[in-house]
Amino acid sequence: MDGTAASTDTWSVAGRRFRSRLIVGTGKYKSLEETAAAIEASGAEIVTVAVRRVNLSDPKAPMLQDFVDPKRYTYLPNTAGCHTAEDAVRTLRLAREAGGWNLVKLEVLGPPPHLYPDMAATLEAAKVLIADGFEVMVYCADDPVAAKRLEEMGCVAIMPLGAPIGSGLGLQNPAMIAMLIEQAKVPLLVDAGVGTASDAAIAMELGCDAVLLNSAIAHARDPVMMARAMKAAVEAGRLSHLAGRMPRRMGADPSSPLTGLIR
Amino acid sequence: MDTVTRLAIGLNGEARAFDGPLSVADLLERLGLDARKVAVERNKAIVRRAHYAGTRLESGDAVEIVHFIGGG
Repeated sequence: MDGTAASTDTWSVAGRRFRSRLIVGTGKYKSLEETAAAIEASGAEIVTVAVRRVNLSDPKAPMLQDFVDPKRYTYLPNTAGCHTAEDAVRTLRLAREAGGWNLVKLEVLGPPPHLYPDMAATLEAAKVLIADGFEVMVYCADDPVAAKRLEEMGCVAIMPLGAPIGSGLGLQNPAMIAMLIEQAKVPLLVDAGVGTASDAAIAMELGCDAVLLNSAIAHARDPVMMARAMKAAVEAGRLSHLAGRMPRRMGADPSSPLTGLIR
Repeated sequence: MDTVTRLAIGLNGEARAFDGPLSVADLLERLGLDARKVAVERNKAIVRRAHYAGTRLESGDAVEIVHFIGGG
């Protein structure tokens, strides 16, 4: 791939092709206006959304769809807040009915304070969902055995954490992420843990197909500016991965010629 | 001829009462909700949108009405 081919670089999941390698969440913003502005600035084509009870006391309250058009963005419903396989499956069945599509993000979490992926429950839910016709992008531990099992079951993307959800600690496990990328035959995304632009760039340099994040933008002092930073970082990391970094060497190697020096 | 009855419905976890007969479509209309933006579960089973008008609620039903909100 040369420099110009990089501009047509795309990735696909479940038969859908995307140019942006940044998937953003729509939670934790101050307002729906800010959500829309940050998503626009991020260049994301896929956004994650949650499924919750309608506020019956205010049925005419503005809804996410009024600000983030589901015709323009691919909605990726999640199962945030689900701590059992049954709740996750029930939530995504409702999401499918509300949205009319099968592509979903499965996450089944253990208890606070870690909200670490519960892999036993995740595997159980994935099995039911895949049998029910869902295309499952799955949030998981950086566990190569579980990741392989999820892939073999038919999950369409494997999405290990880089650090606990909302922690902003950055990739704590670059070696494990690299090993998961190496073994994956479906898209591999870092989901959770990115805190700032360099974290997203590191994930992409490792060779991730895309990065999923929410808090790093929503909790930045200026979310719209951080969304632009994340867009640039994901693109930079991807180009850097494609370009192939120079080898590390233990010592200096001058960049200027040593010949023709004045005496 | 349908007679008006009082239906006790568990709606999003709240005990509510409605005059019957009441279909899912009627319920959404009475609540002022846009059927295109929500999904409905009745007694833990999805009610398909095409079946809203034909699905009659009964006293004691547990109904969940959800929509998409911001989330990560």
